[in-house]
Amino acid sequence: MPKDVKLVNQKGVRTDGRKLNELRPFKLEVGVLHNADGSAYIEQGKNKILAAIYGPREVHPRHLALPDRAILRCRYHMAPFSVEERKSPAPSRREVELSKVIREALESAIFLEKFPRTSIDLFIEVLQADGGTRCAGVTVASLALADAGIPMRDLVAACAAGKADGHLMLDLNDIEDKEGEADVPIAYMPNFDAVVLLQMDGQLTIDEFKEAIDLALDGCRQIYVLQKEALKAKYIAIKEEAEEVEGE
Amino acid sequence: MPFFCENRQIVTPGDVLAEGDYLAGDNTFKDDERVYASRLGLVEYKGKKVQVVALNNFYIPSVGDLVIGKVVEVDLHGWTVDIYSPYKGNLRASEALNRPFRPQRDELSEFLDVGDLILAQIIAFDRTRDPSLTTREPELGKITYGQIVRVSPAKIPRVIGRKGSMIDMLKKETRCNITVGQNGLISISGRSREDERIAVLAIQKIEEEAHTSGLTDRVTEMIRKERSEIA
Repeated sequence: MPKDVKLVNQKGVRTDGRKLNELRPFKLEVGVLHNADGSAYIEQGKNKILAAIYGPREVHPRHLALPDRAILRCRYHMAPFSVEERKSPAPSRREVELSKVIREALESAIFLEKFPRTSIDLFIEVLQADGGTRCAGVTVASLALADAGIPMRDLVAACAAGKADGHLMLDLNDIEDKEGEADVPIAYMPNFDAVVLLQMDGQLTIDEFKEAIDLALDGCRQIYVLQKEALKAKYIAIKEEAEEVEGE
Repeated sequence: MPFFCENRQIVTPGDVLAEGDYLAGDNTFKDDERVYASRLGLVEYKGKKVQVVALNNFYIPSVGDLVIGKVVEVDLHGWTVDIYSPYKGNLRASEALNRPFRPQRDELSEFLDVGDLILAQIIAFDRTRDPSLTTREPELGKITYGQIVRVSPAKIPRVIGRKGSMIDMLKKETRCNITVGQNGLISISGRSREDERIAVLAIQKIEEEAHTSGLTDRVTEMIRKERSEIA
C-alpha cells in the first residue's frame, strides 16, 4: 500500500467518519416494485441496490426443472452507471461468481423442497456501488424473498469485516476494500447461528481472522434487527392508520 | 418458556414462536423442540397449535378448491389454464363437456378459447403432476360478464370472513353477485357498473387492511358512504 493513503486517523476514525466497529447508515424498504412478486431496496452508505423476486413459477426452459424441489436462479448485475468508470452491461466474471455465491447462500434459507418443478427468480440490480455490494445484495434479497411470501428458515443478514491500514474494521467501503489488506464477507442466519457465505480476500493471521469473523457476525446481528423492522414497517403503518380512523 | 410472542403480533421468518410440546401449524416449522415462523405474518396460538396467518403468499392448489383461471392454450384433448399459481391447471375436454368428447367432430376452441375466463374446481393435485380441473358442475364454467379483481391468496379468508360474515355483508350492501376463487381471483357481477365499482373498492380495502381489527364495520361504513354519494 502506498504510504500516502491514510484510512484510519490517530483517533481510530475512518475516511467516512465511522469508528472501526461501526456499520454504514442503512435505509431498507420493502415492496417497492409493483410488477415483481416481491421486492426490496437497500441503501447502505453510498450503495444503492434493488432486488426483485418472481415466482415460484413454471421453469423455462423446461429441462432445468427438478422433480423434487424448486430451483433458485439469481442474477447479480451492476448497472453501467453504478461505478465511476462505465461498466459494460454484459455479465462479467465477477458478476457470475457473485450470482453463484448469493444463490448458494440463500438456497440454504428457503424451503425449496416445498415447491417441486418450479423456479424462483431473483434479480439483484446494483444502481450505485461503494464496496460490500455482495453482502448488501444478500441482505436485500432476503427481504424481497420474505415480501414475496416465500417460506424461509430465517432471514439472511450479510456483512463484511476486514483489515485496512493495520486495523480490523467492520463493513468496509470501496477505498478500504481496495487499499486495505483483507476483506471477509459473511452471510449469516442469526436464529440458527449458521454461516451461509464465507469468503476472504487478502491476508490475515489466524487470530485476526477469528476476530474479523466475530466482528462481521456482530454486524450481521445488527443488520438482522433492521431487516425485521423494515418488513414490519409497511404493515404497522397501515394498522395504525386504520385504528386511528376507528378511534374517531 | 412456552410463548415468545403475543397473539396476533407481526412476526418475520425465523422468529421463535414457542418452545416445547407445541404443534407447528401453517407457515411455521419445528426444529429442535422450537417452533419458528417461516413467513411474514400474524401469530396465532390455539391451544397446543401455533400458526402464522401470512400477510402475502401464493396459491398452492388443493383438491376441492374453487378457482378462477384464464385459458392459455387449447390442446388436443383439453385446455391449459393459468390459475395464478406456480402450477398450470389442466382441464380435460371430458371434464368440461356434459356429453362424451368426440375428438374427430368437436372443435375445442368453440367451447373455450385462449383468453376466456373460467370458474373451475380442482379435482386432483400432487407434487408430481399439475392440477386437474373440472367445470362439470352447474355453477362452474365460462365467466361471460362482470368484473374480476385479483388479491393475494393470503387475504381470501379475510374476504370471506368468519363463517362468511364479510362476503355476506358485501353481497348484501353492494347488491352484487360475488364469487371468490381460492387462488385470489374474485368475480363480481352486479346490476350496474356503479355497484360493481363499489364492490371492487371494498375488496381492495379489505386486501390493504386485512391484518387490522374491526374491518367488517369499516368496510360497511365505506360502502354506505360511497352509495350515499351517488344517490
